[in-house]
Amino acid sequence: MNNLSENILSVENLKMYFPVTRGLLRKKVADVKAVDDVSFHIQRDETLGLVGESGCGKTTVGRCIMRLYEPNEGKVIFEGDDILTYSPAQVRGARSQIAMIFQDPYSSLDPRQNAGNIVGEPLKIHRMVKTPAEYKDRLEELFAIVGLDPGMKNRFPHEFSGGQRQRIGIARALACEPSLIICDEPISALDVSIQAQIINLLQELQDRLKGLSYLFIAHDLSVVRHISDRVAVMYLGRIMEITDSQTLYKNPLHPYTKALLSAVPIADPAVEKNREHIILQGEVPSPMNPPEGCAFHPRCPMAAPECKKITPELRSIDNKHEVACLRV
Amino acid sequence: MSVLLDVKNLTTQFNTEAGIVKAVNDVSFQLNEQEIIGLVGESGCGKSVSQLSVMQLISAPGKITNGEVNFEGRNLLDYESNSDEMRAIRGGKIAMIFQEPMTSLNPTLTIGRQLTEMLELHLNMTKEAARERAVELLKQVGISGAESRLDDYPHNFSGGMRQRVMIAIGLSCNPRILIADEPTTALDVTTQAQLLELMKDMVSKYNASLVIVTHNLGVVARYAHRIYIMYAGNIVESGTTEEIFANPQHPYTKGLLKCIPRLDEEKGRKLVPIEGLPPNLINMKSSCAFAPRCSERLERCLTEAAPPLRDIGNGHYVGCFEK
Ligand SMILES: Nc1ncnc2c1ncn2[C@@H]1O[C@H](COP(=O)(O)OP(=O)(O)OP(=O)(O)O)[C@@H](O)[C@H]1O
Ligand SMILES: Nc1ncnc2c1ncn2[C@@H]1O[C@H](COP(=O)(O)OP(=O)(O)OP(=O)(O)O)[C@@H](O)[C@H]1O
Ligand code: SF4
Ligand SMILES: [Mg+2]
Ligand SMILES: [Mg+2]
Repeated sequence: MNNLSENILSVENLKMYFPVTRGLLRKKVADVKAVDDVSFHIQRDETLGLVGESGCGKTTVGRCIMRLYEPNEGKVIFEGDDILTYSPAQVRGARSQIAMIFQDPYSSLDPRQNAGNIVGEPLKIHRMVKTPAEYKDRLEELFAIVGLDPGMKNRFPHEFSGGQRQRIGIARALACEPSLIICDEPISALDVSIQAQIINLLQELQDRLKGLSYLFIAHDLSVVRHISDRVAVMYLGRIMEITDSQTLYKNPLHPYTKALLSAVPIADPAVEKNREHIILQGEVPSPMNPPEGCAFHPRCPMAAPECKKITPELRSIDNKHEVACLRV
Repeated sequence: MSVLLDVKNLTTQFNTEAGIVKAVNDVSFQLNEQEIIGLVGESGCGKSVSQLSVMQLISAPGKITNGEVNFEGRNLLDYESNSDEMRAIRGGKIAMIFQEPMTSLNPTLTIGRQLTEMLELHLNMTKEAARERAVELLKQVGISGAESRLDDYPHNFSGGMRQRVMIAIGLSCNPRILIADEPTTALDVTTQAQLLELMKDMVSKYNASLVIVTHNLGVVARYAHRIYIMYAGNIVESGTTEEIFANPQHPYTKGLLKCIPRLDEEKGRKLVPIEGLPPNLINMKSSCAFAPRCSERLERCLTEAAPPLRDIGNGHYVGCFEK
C-alpha cells in the first residue's frame, strides 16, 4: 500500500447514515445508508474519479470530507490528520486547504454578489491577503488563471454563461491555494462544447499548480475516465471497484462495473456494433432498505446463492486493483 | 425503403420582446418506414421545437411560418392545430415521448386511466377491452405486476418507470411514428440503456419508425440508422450513421466529435473544445450561424448567406462552403 506521506487524503471505513423519522415525535424508523463503509485514498497531484448512478452516495462522500456532514463512523485523514476529530476552528482551517466545486453553476453562486466578491471572499475569510492592493492583484490573477477577463469582476452571476459561471466557481475554489478540490459534477449542467473547455481547464490547472489533487465526482463514466488517474465505482453506498482508468475500461472485474461500462454508448457506430450490450434488469433498490449480502445481487448476472448472505469486502487483486465481489 | 414522414423547409419562430427567435430555420428531414433517425445538437438548437412543430404543438408567441409536414399523402400543416385531423394524428399515428414524463403524464389520473383514455378515444375500444390492452401494454414495456399497477398514480412510479408508462401510452394506438425527445436525459445510464433498448425493440415489433432527439452522440451511434446534426435552428449535416461518424464534414460535427471524451479512448488524449458559445437565436444574421466559432472559416462565411445543404454523395448532405 502507499505510505501516508504520499497520500493527500485517505478515507477509511466511512459511514454516513441519515435517520428517517416519522410522526410528531420524529421517531427514528430507519436509516438511509448513504455511505456504508467506504475506503479510498488520493495521492498528491492525483485525480481520483468517483462514479455511480444517482443516489449511490457520491455527494455524501464529498460532503463528509468537507465535514459538512458528521459521519457516523470512519476516518478522513487529510495531510496526515484525521479531520473528523478536529474542533470547529480547525475545520475552518482545513476548509482553506480543501475546496469544492459544485454541479450547478446557476444555484451555487450567490446571485447578489458580483463575480469579484464571490471569487475574493475566501481570500478575506482565510486572511490570505494583507492589503487592498494585494487583494486586487490576487483577484485579477485568479480571474486570469481560469480564463476570465478581470474586467468582468463587477458583473453579477446572471450576466455570465453557464461555462463562465463554472469558471467563477473554479476561481473561488482556487483562491486559498488548496491541495485538494472536490469537484461534484462540475460539468453535468453544461453543453457538450462547453464541457470540454472546463475539463481542459481543470487538467491545465493541475499541470501548472504544483500539488493539486482532485476528487472528481460524476455519473458520466467517459468524462470520469478521461480526467482521472484512478476511478472508484460506487453502488448503493459502497465501493465496488477501484483501479486505474486504463484498467477500468480494459479489464473491469466487478459485474456492476461491466454493466455500467456497457451501458455507456460510444460515439462510434463501428465500435458499437461489435460491443456486448449488457442490459441490467430492474432498478437500483432504496438505500433505506438495501439488499442483504452483496447490495448488487438482485441485479447481478453472476450472482450465486452465497451473494445473498455474505457482504463482499473490497479486497486487492493486485497493487492497483481492488474489487468487492465474491465471485472475482 | 419508402418515405413515411417528409418534412420540408420547416420554419418556426417566436416573437419575443427581445426580437424574433428563429428556433427552427428552413429545416428538412425525412423518416423512412421502419427507420430510426437521430436528431442531435446542443441545448437550444431547436430540436424540440422542430418536433413539436411536426405535431403542431407550438403555442403563442411561437408560429410555424413556413414548410410542409407530409405524412400519408397529406401535408399536416394544412390542418389547424386544434382540428379533428390533428387530434387524431397526435397520440394516434404519431406519438411523442418527452424529456420530463412528469409534465406529460397527468398527475391526477391513474396510469390505467391515462392508457385506457387513449385506447377508447383513438381506437373506439370498450372499457373492458381497453383495460385488458392496457395491462398487456404495461407488461410489454416491462412493468411487473401490471394489473395491480393500473390503479397507481404517476407519483408512485420512479422516473424510469414513468418513462416506461410513457412508452406504453405512445405505443397504445399502434403509431406509425414515435418521437422520443430526450426521453432518458434525466435518467441513469443503466436505465437509459434499458429504455432505449425497449424503444428499439418496440418500434420494430410495431413496424413503426423512431425519431431519437438527443445531445448524446453515443446514443445515436448505437441506435440510429441516419443522423441529422442541428446547430442554431439549422440542420448542418445529415447522412447515414456510418458515414457521419467515419467521414464527418461539417466543422461543427467534427468539432463535436473532438470535444467529447470517449469511453474507449487511450489515456492522454486531449479534448479540443469548440471556442465561444452557441448564439441565442435572436435577430440572427443570414450568414452561417456557426461562422463565429468555426476554425475553418472563410471570408465569405461571414458575408454571404448561409450555404444550403449540398449532396456530397452516399446520402450525405453538408451545409458548409468549405466542403
Ligand atoms: N441530507 C440528507 N438527508 C437524508 N438523506 C440524504 C441526505 N443527503 C443524501 N441523502 C440520501 O443519501 C443517498 C445518497 O445521496 P447522494 O446525494 O450522496 O447521492 P449521489 O451519488 O450524489 O447522487 P446524484 O448523482 O443524484 O447526485 C440518497 O438516497 C439520498 O436520498
Ligand atoms: N416559448 C418560447 N418562447 C421563446 N423562445 C422559445 C420558446 N420555446 C423555445 N424557444 C427558443 O427556441 C430555441 C429552440 O428551443 P428548443 O427547445 O427546440 O431547443 P432544444 O434543441 O430542444 O434544446 P434542449 O436540448 O435544451 O432541449 C431556443 O433558443 C429557445 O430559447
Ligand atoms: S458478490 Fe455476487 S452478487 Fe455481488 S457482484 Fe459479485 S457475483 Fe454479483
Ligand atoms: Mg450528487
Ligand atoms: Mg429539447
